[in-house]
Amino acid sequence: MKPAFSRRRMLTGLMAGAGVAMLAGCDRMTHSTQFGALLRNTEKLTMSSQRLLLGRQPLAREYDLADLSPVFRANGTQSPDSEEYAHLLEHGFADWRLQVNGLVQQPLSLSLADLKRLPSRTQITRHDCVEGWSAIGQWQGVHLGRVLDIARLKPGARYVVFHCADELEKTFDGSGRYYESIDLLDAYHTQTILAYAMNGKNLPVAHGAPLRLRVERQLGYKHAKYLMRIEVVSAFDTLWGGRGGYWEDRGYEWYAGI
Amino acid sequence: MKNYQSKRGIFAPADGADQRQFIRRHSAVVRMTHWINVFCLSILLLSGLQIFNAHPRLYWGEHGADADQAVIAIGSQRLEDGQHGFLRIGALRIETTGVLGASLEGDAITARAFPAWLTIPSYHDLGAGRNWHFLFAWLLVINGVAYLMHGFWSGHILRGLLPDRDQLKLRHLWQEVVDHARLRFAKGDEARRYNALQKITYLLVALVLLPLMVLTGLTMSPGLDAAFPFLPDLFGGRPSARTLHFITAFSLVLFVVVHVSMVVLSGFWNNVRSMISGRYAIDRSGDAS
Repeated sequence: MKPAFSRRRMLTGLMAGAGVAMLAGCDRMTHSTQFGALLRNTEKLTMSSQRLLLGRQPLAREYDLADLSPVFRANGTQSPDSEEYAHLLEHGFADWRLQVNGLVQQPLSLSLADLKRLPSRTQITRHDCVEGWSAIGQWQGVHLGRVLDIARLKPGARYVVFHCADELEKTFDGSGRYYESIDLLDAYHTQTILAYAMNGKNLPVAHGAPLRLRVERQLGYKHAKYLMRIEVVSAFDTLWGGRGGYWEDRGYEWYAGI
Repeated sequence: MKNYQSKRGIFAPADGADQRQFIRRHSAVVRMTHWINVFCLSILLLSGLQIFNAHPRLYWGEHGADADQAVIAIGSQRLEDGQHGFLRIGALRIETTGVLGASLEGDAITARAFPAWLTIPSYHDLGAGRNWHFLFAWLLVINGVAYLMHGFWSGHILRGLLPDRDQLKLRHLWQEVVDHARLRFAKGDEARRYNALQKITYLLVALVLLPLMVLTGLTMSPGLDAAFPFLPDLFGGRPSARTLHFITAFSLVLFVVVHVSMVVLSGFWNNVRSMISGRYAIDRSGDAS
């Protein structure tokens, strides 16, 4: 009996076993509730450290016209296939109204013309998709903060929820409807706009006509397209999956700063 | 460095003439951070490949998406005889069916860049892959900061890893290359320190590759790019940083392959023991006593 030898054999076994168990275990751990909670706490750590660094509300880089992507990839829904949307599109969005409600003193119903009458901001920014690709585009629209100021927030308002016209997943209960949410810090950022124009033209259908959100400094899935209603809330846990967005309900982080 | 002779017989050679001297090679902090690193980097690599699979194309510049020219791409194509995978680097195209581009998922050859056995989770789930990646990225950074603080404070980096003056002479360096090629490893007092090739490699990994990994990773964050606009400038744009993140990751994989080979060839158990308990045996058989 050689103790050193058996110790070595045990170590070899342990190392080989650990490798195999690690890969098999990762799939299982992904679904465990405790580990899921740990993963969500990582998001909190990431968000609070980024918020610390973004305290002075710096702007995302703005580019020149020469930097525009020759082709800006359209992602997610390319064209909502509801009858309601088809009707709106057919009439050039003349009948479309943006509803602003929830925790506001003055609920609003704004036409595209109403929005275009408000002061606008034009910015050329980089759109970073969660998948890893980036595209540079020019966006023109109204400050979200300006619209919220017109509606006047009620006490307790914390988040702005964007309800969209597109259903990314067909479901019976409507839970496949796209929606997103951001907090007031991002909502009042200088570059957070409701964009009605892209690269100098009316927003194309593939990119969210007639109106989409631009929330630079976060990943693409936060930039909700086909906006129909903006709802100001104190919490979003009662909406659909409760995580604050279509993709969030399917496992993406709510804070998409990385 | 503390020396202590082996007191227990189990480490002595069968003939009883113990020509080995035991030294404490690695400090507790180095040993601990080393294994935490092994664990973190393994998970970061595999979850990173899951994330890469969501868009298996790499670009250079300020923007990069499907319509832009990719410098490296893994893709797949449906032909009459089934799904084919390929790897494209510049103008070079290599058929990689079965491993890259198209591989077995369940019981069918499916279009996916890296195969199921190289990703966390094994099935396609970008959200879960990102969760794993960021949790262990935080751990890696905390571990790395602890290592660097200890390394500079204790002198491990400046005294242990910076090559000594005599090691940097061309003739000495050439001798080390020859010794490595012949698998002749240091004995006696020379084995108390790392050789120059080792030192340069470890410095490169600890002070260049791993920090580059973290920085290129952070550059992919739109939030941090707003806070630190010099980040994308440093690497020539977010798509470039993503490409460098990938290339650096594979440089680290290459390092691990060479590192583990050298560990095996230069006395596997001695090396592994020294990284677990700190005890490292030096062969004094060649010493003139």
